[in-house]
Amino acid sequence: MCGIVGLFAKNSKMRASLGRYIAPMIVCMGDRGQDSAGLAVFSEQNSKNNRRINLFSHDNKFPWNLLSEKLSQELKCDLIAIDNHAVVITSIEPSHIIHWLSEHYSELFVLSIGQTIDVYKDAGHPMEIANKYRFNELKGTHCVGHTRMATESAVTPYHSHPFIAGEDLCLVHNGSLSNHHNLRRMLEKKGISFETDNDTEAVCRYLQWRLLEGDSIEDALQKTFEDVDGFYTLLIGTSNRIVLVRDAFACKPALIAETDDYVAIGSEFRTMAHLPEIQSAQLYEPKPEEIYLWKI
Amino acid sequence: MENIDLDLNTQSVREINQFFHNLNSSDKREFEILHPNGAHNIAVGLDAPITVHIRGHAGYFIAGMNKQAEITIHGNVGWSVGENMMSGVIRVNGFASECAGSSGHGGLLIIDGDASSRCGISMKGSSIVVGGNVGHMSAFMAQAGYLLICGDADHGLGDSLYEAIIYVRGKIHGLGTDAREEQMEEPDYNKVSELLDMAKFNYDPKEFKRVASAKTFYHWSPNSKQFSVL
Repeated sequence: MCGIVGLFAKNSKMRASLGRYIAPMIVCMGDRGQDSAGLAVFSEQNSKNNRRINLFSHDNKFPWNLLSEKLSQELKCDLIAIDNHAVVITSIEPSHIIHWLSEHYSELFVLSIGQTIDVYKDAGHPMEIANKYRFNELKGTHCVGHTRMATESAVTPYHSHPFIAGEDLCLVHNGSLSNHHNLRRMLEKKGISFETDNDTEAVCRYLQWRLLEGDSIEDALQKTFEDVDGFYTLLIGTSNRIVLVRDAFACKPALIAETDDYVAIGSEFRTMAHLPEIQSAQLYEPKPEEIYLWKI
Repeated sequence: MENIDLDLNTQSVREINQFFHNLNSSDKREFEILHPNGAHNIAVGLDAPITVHIRGHAGYFIAGMNKQAEITIHGNVGWSVGENMMSGVIRVNGFASECAGSSGHGGLLIIDGDASSRCGISMKGSSIVVGGNVGHMSAFMAQAGYLLICGDADHGLGDSLYEAIIYVRGKIHGLGTDAREEQMEEPDYNKVSELLDMAKFNYDPKEFKRVASAKTFYHWSPNSKQFSVL
């Protein structure tokens, strides 16, 4: 199975409560995937154009304080940590920070880079993960979440969704892909590197490759329909958009609920039953190979 | 008639279904199920001539295996509403997700709104009336019974059909393999009229088209000698 959730806030009141509404959505979809969970939250673009680098440490007792001090002294960065997760906020080129981290802290895993994106993901029951990283306190413009029942690759924090590629781009997937090895070989020949052997990572990097080639997100997804074989409902987040598509067979579920305040996306209605004004929301299912996109 | 409220905010689906299974089949009563909130498997396996109202949107496999009961869902339903129903009537006031009425042996399923893909897949003798449109691959491998669609049908309609008959009022966006449009005849108009009356939809039977198996895949005939070896 796997569960997909997403929330797009249409006003500042909803943005301030994004976490309060998305946390129960993730917990509910724990019924569709208990192996791991993840959430990408997008916040409004900051005026200083600072980058946010999200890090994961496998070590529960990782000395974030020590890293924070070193980053502050050597690279003038700030660091905010919760449990196994930390965000580095920097005004310098992220590649310098990544290079420095790989030299001094190679055990750390980079979850995301961007001006607006934060990614939390871990292995374990979605309820534990939502509590651990305080999903209910998060604020932002939109978010994309996933609960995983692993089929195609191992259960680790790194194999959890969302997958990211480049800056401010993430993707979650319910389904399984049959030509992801071919996609991977094709992309690797172009110099694109992978972090895991997961099928979803292949479609995420494929999408980024198309965007870098100059495609609009719509054109990139039309090519995805042609080139990516398998079953999928994909929910994609960028700095100012949330995008939903299903494959031609549409055998992986999705439901959209729209009100004046928000757009909610979920694998099932029960994941959105707690949302305000849900009884009067416009509810509909996305059709196969159609692109559903909401933009800030 | 006694009216009993059941509430999914305070009772589990299992408790409510067990309550229905424990009813004496001669009991004629009316029940309300409150706060479904998208829960799965509500009112599954009923076997009594009772009336049940589910007040709100419900999840997967609602009213599956129904016998005798008249069940109305006052909202939308998820996948496989009325799966494997044997008799009785199920009505969905909103829309139904995939595989509505799959494998139904008997009874009537009415969906006021649209039904998603694979509506009536593998149906085996039940009747399904859809007020709106149906998604792709509806009535796939349907063996017996009737699927009546008041709106449009998406591509792959009636793929690999057996003896089930489909009636469509709107546009057919593509027939499945071995399905073909056939001439409407007097028994067809009568059947469409009967189904529309039962569903309380007010359309002219003359607006409907008939789709049935072209029998290029499937050759069974009651007069064949294929069982003579037995």
